[in-house]
Amino acid sequence: MEERKEMKPQEKREMQARTEREVTLRPPVDIYEEPQGITLKADLPGVSHDRLEIQIDGDTLTIEGRVSVDMPEGMEALYADVRATRYHRNFTLSREIDTDNIGAEMKEGVLTLTLPKRPEHQPHRIEVRTS
Amino acid sequence: MAVYLTGFDDAYDQFERMRQQMDELFGGWSAPMGIRNMTPGGFPAVNVGASADRVDAYMFAAGLDPKSLEISLQQNLLSISGERKEDIPEQAEPYRNERFTGTFRRVLTLPDDVDPEKVDATYRDGILHITVQRHEAVEPRKIQVH
Repeated sequence: MEERKEMKPQEKREMQARTEREVTLRPPVDIYEEPQGITLKADLPGVSHDRLEIQIDGDTLTIEGRVSVDMPEGMEALYADVRATRYHRNFTLSREIDTDNIGAEMKEGVLTLTLPKRPEHQPHRIEVRTS
Repeated sequence: MAVYLTGFDDAYDQFERMRQQMDELFGGWSAPMGIRNMTPGGFPAVNVGASADRVDAYMFAAGLDPKSLEISLQQNLLSISGERKEDIPEQAEPYRNERFTGTFRRVLTLPDDVDPEKVDATYRDGILHITVQRHEAVEPRKIQVH
């Protein structure tokens, strides 16, 4: 069919622009610090392991996930709080984070990232000498 | 425009198509507000969809123990309640605390023709998916003209 020809470059650009404009969901997070490091928890309901992407580029941490749910054929929306299917959020890491040893665990839609501090930034006890 | 649309569609894999279908279904669609609707940002967020033979409710509730959930359906009123416990260690220094903790309850008004005897609930990846079958009589029937 005539209509099924390749996209023109202009159309490709339009498609790309359309993807970039995509509405995203901002996942709520808890962040807390302990002596060994920082923990970040994010709610990403509907995201399975294989639809989750965690990226570290320099000092920027990016969390991205895509929702997948089972939907029957011919469904009509009656009500919707959630009106997008992509989660996205960025964080800036500080220098003391050991980016080579970041741990990630996904359980029931909750992502837990453990961001350890470099050994030299972990607290160590200073002995007070007594004479 | 037709060229653009088919090209766009071809470039997507099956998952993307499904996701797009969901975006079209729920995205930007201004549903009428029910009397029991919550203010935006409440926990958990809910999407409800209907097809010919069933109604599907999706609750976006990550990190719950499914055993702690109370789900009941009285006629067409679906109520879900539960609790999400605080999980920040006491001695830690908190910087952000945006995730919901505490008890929650949501009541949804489903279409009148749902069958309260035929309910199924599953919890996966933090989404509680409740399926309720509709009474058969409502399925569209072809009427013969004699």
